[in-house]
Amino acid sequence: MKALVVAGASLGGMNTVQSARSAGYDGPICLVDPSPVLPHDRPPLTKQVLAGEWELERARQPVADKLAEFDVDLRLGVAAESLDVAGLAVGLDDGSRLDASAVVLATGSRARSLPDATAPGTHTLRTGADCLALRGELDLRPERVVVIGAGFIGAEVAATCRSRGLEVTMLEADEVPLGRVLPGGMGAFMADLHRSGGVDVRLGARPEAILTDDHGHTSGVRLDDGEVVPARVVVVGIGAVPAVDWLAGSALSLRSPAEGGGVATDATLLAAPGVVAVGDVASWPNPLFDGEVMRVEHWENAIDQGAHAGRRVLAELDPKRWDNPGGFSSVPWFWSDQYDSKIQMVGRARPGDEPVVVSGAPGEDRFVVLYRRGGWCTAALGLNRPRDLVRARMAMSESLAWDGVASLF
Amino acid sequence: MKIVIDYDLCEANAICMAIEPSVFEVREDDNLYILDEEPPEELRPKMEEAARRCPKQAISIEG
Repeated sequence: MKALVVAGASLGGMNTVQSARSAGYDGPICLVDPSPVLPHDRPPLTKQVLAGEWELERARQPVADKLAEFDVDLRLGVAAESLDVAGLAVGLDDGSRLDASAVVLATGSRARSLPDATAPGTHTLRTGADCLALRGELDLRPERVVVIGAGFIGAEVAATCRSRGLEVTMLEADEVPLGRVLPGGMGAFMADLHRSGGVDVRLGARPEAILTDDHGHTSGVRLDDGEVVPARVVVVGIGAVPAVDWLAGSALSLRSPAEGGGVATDATLLAAPGVVAVGDVASWPNPLFDGEVMRVEHWENAIDQGAHAGRRVLAELDPKRWDNPGGFSSVPWFWSDQYDSKIQMVGRARPGDEPVVVSGAPGEDRFVVLYRRGGWCTAALGLNRPRDLVRARMAMSESLAWDGVASLF
Repeated sequence: MKIVIDYDLCEANAICMAIEPSVFEVREDDNLYILDEEPPEELRPKMEEAARRCPKQAISIEG
C-alpha cells in the first residue's frame, strides 16, 4: 500500500500527521526530512536555549513524543529532491523514489544569509544545531556581538545576548525597523525597546562586508560608509526563504519572491490533485481576507494549517470517507518576547493600511495599534497588551469589520 | 477534570483564552484567571488543546 508522504518534519508537517491520525487515517505515513535529528521547536531557540536556561533537548516539537504512537515511517537525513505531480511520487536525495498515495509539502524555510557570511563566528539561526553553534560562541564571552537585521529573529537574539551581559550592536538597513510587517512607521518602538535594553541600535546602517582576522575568524562588519564595527560574533537575521527549490522542476506553480514566494495553492491548501502544502511553503488565498494571497511563517500558522492540511489530504485519499474541510480561513498572528516585553501582532497589514492608535501610545510601555483599510481592520499590534490582542483576534476571526474590532477599545 | 496552572511559568499570553474564554480569562491586570477550575467533560478537547498550545506549557489537566 502506498504511503501518505509528508515532505518535511516541520511543525506544519508534524501537525499534519497528527491531524490525519486524529481523523482516523490508519494507512501508512512516511515522513522525510533532511535534518539528521527531528527538527526542534523553534521559539525557544532564540530565547531559553540560546540563553543557556534550557538544554536543546527540551525544545521538542509538541507532536514529537507521539510519533511512535502514530506509527510513522520516519526517515531523517534524507531530503525530498523532486516531485512527480502526475505520478504522485517523491524523489529522494539517496536516489530512491517514494510512490505516494498523496503528498504533503512541509519543507518549511531556510535562513536567508549574505554571500560572504561563511567565516567561523558568523551565524544564522534556524535549527537546533545553529542555536548550539551560536550558544557555544556566546559562552566564550565575546566582547561584542553584531546582529544584522532588526527583524524578530535578530531582535530576539539581541535581547538574549543582552540578558547574558554581552555588548550588542544591531544593524538595520532601513530607517525604521520592520517596515514590511508594521507599515506606517510603527516599528520605531522596536528600536527604542532595544536601546532601553542597552543595544547599540544603528538604523540606516548597511553592512558592506563581514571582515575576518588572519586566522579566518570573523572580526567585524564594515558598513557602506566605511565604519568598521568590530565583533567576534556576527548573527545574520535577515529573514527566511521558503524551501521550495526542490519543486522548481515540478508541474506545481511557484510564486515569485515579489509575489511572496512559496507554492501556490487553492483556498483549501491544495497545490495539485493529491498534493497539499502546509506552513511556510503554502501561499494560499485566505478567505477571511477576501482571497488575499498570503504566506505565513508564524508558529501558530504551522499548527493551524497542519490541522487543516491533515483533513484536506484525507479528502484527496478518500472523499467518500473524509469531507473536504473547505477553505483555510485564518487570522495570522504571532508574538515575540524581548526583554520583559511581549509584542503581539494579529492579522496582516499591507503598505498603505492606516495605523490607528487605540490604547496607550507608541513609545509607552503598553499600547495597541489597529490597522485600517477602508471598512476593515486588517491587523492589530500590541505591546504588553495580551488580553486586548486576544480579544481583537477573536473578533477578527469572526469578521474584519472595522467597527467590530475598534469597539473593543 | 481539574485545570491546574503553574503560575511560575504562566506569562499570560492569553492563547488559552482564545481557545476557551469560558474557562480562561486574562484580565486588565495581565494576569490569568481560571473561571472554572473543574470545567464540564465536554470541554476536555478544548482543555487539551489549550494545554498543548500554551507556549509556556503552564497548563495541566488532572483527572
